[in-house]
Amino acid sequence: MFDFKEDQIERYSRQIILPQIGGMGQKKISEAKVLIVGAGGLGSPLALYLAAAGVGKIGLVDSDKVELNNLQRQILHTTIDVGKPKVISGQEKIEALNPEVKVVTIKKRLTSENALNILEDYDLVVDGSDNFPTRYLMNDACLFQKKPLFHAGILRFEGQVMTILPHQGPCYRCLFPEPPPPGLIPSCQEAGILGSVAGVIGTIQATEVLKFILGIGDLLVGRLLVFSALEMRFHLVKVPKNPHCSLCGENPTLNELIDYEEFCLLRRQR
Amino acid sequence: MVKVRIPSPLQKLTDNQVLVTGKGGTIKELIDDLERQFPGIKGRICDEDGHIRRFVNIYINEEDIRFLNGEETAIKSGDEISIIPAIAGGETDV
Ligand SMILES: [Zn+2]
Repeated sequence: MFDFKEDQIERYSRQIILPQIGGMGQKKISEAKVLIVGAGGLGSPLALYLAAAGVGKIGLVDSDKVELNNLQRQILHTTIDVGKPKVISGQEKIEALNPEVKVVTIKKRLTSENALNILEDYDLVVDGSDNFPTRYLMNDACLFQKKPLFHAGILRFEGQVMTILPHQGPCYRCLFPEPPPPGLIPSCQEAGILGSVAGVIGTIQATEVLKFILGIGDLLVGRLLVFSALEMRFHLVKVPKNPHCSLCGENPTLNELIDYEEFCLLRRQR
Repeated sequence: MVKVRIPSPLQKLTDNQVLVTGKGGTIKELIDDLERQFPGIKGRICDEDGHIRRFVNIYINEEDIRFLNGEETAIKSGDEISIIPAIAGGETDV
């Protein structure tokens, strides 16, 4: 009926058997085109679970090479990958796990120049980035292109997750109108992350992505999920669509992409 | 008395406590009370003019005070207050 090969039916049998998925759902998953920005702590579980589930096309965006200090949390990479571009190491792991997935490697940093072009080929975008400029850029670009964005942030023992459906629900700027200025966020030495927290949060993102593709359940739209590993507590807070949002509010003032450098300039001018 | 959840980036100021108690009739008074207990915390939550920073949100139970009465929003005993800042990384790029 759905034209699956026998080994495909075998591979995906434990999810096809779910009444909410079935052959129809598997077909949707196999046709999905997902862009993962960042092949690090969040990108690792994301790439692995989405590939395992049979997502048709996965784009990996990351400009970095694997470092030894990444391996404590970035389970997409192994010791022999140190020095290799993360997108290549990621591609190898995805193809080993599921050769049916088409992997596109984009060894770049997302910028205002390339973002819209890169996003164009995908149905949805997942935020596995580790910095504010990329996050705001992704939020704005996804809004302009009306692409769903699956956001997450992690720090130390905590994580936050939210799903953004442009115009239907709040965007990241509705939640946090501006990124913190560089001095006020924890410095490199101050910050840190428990690897398994990245796993928890990235896995929740992957679950949201699959639910969206399948059209099942309730997404984290208009709700921010906050995870505290030390308390072992999940907490949901409401995120209303902000009528004053500079991007998706009633009188938007942002109509083009902004880069980090310009953020800084704008701040200095104030 | 209300319970206040302190996010990671501010826990250094609360001696690594995640959950603290505070008092006040409004969010503004609560922040002043927190500052008395944990000097320096107000400067992390509020800007020079005393307004809550644009990358920090405060929730009473699950409601964002920006959509209530802002810093003047009344709080009552038993409320759970969460301070939730934007977070990114834990990676070298931050
Ligand atoms: Zn918005």
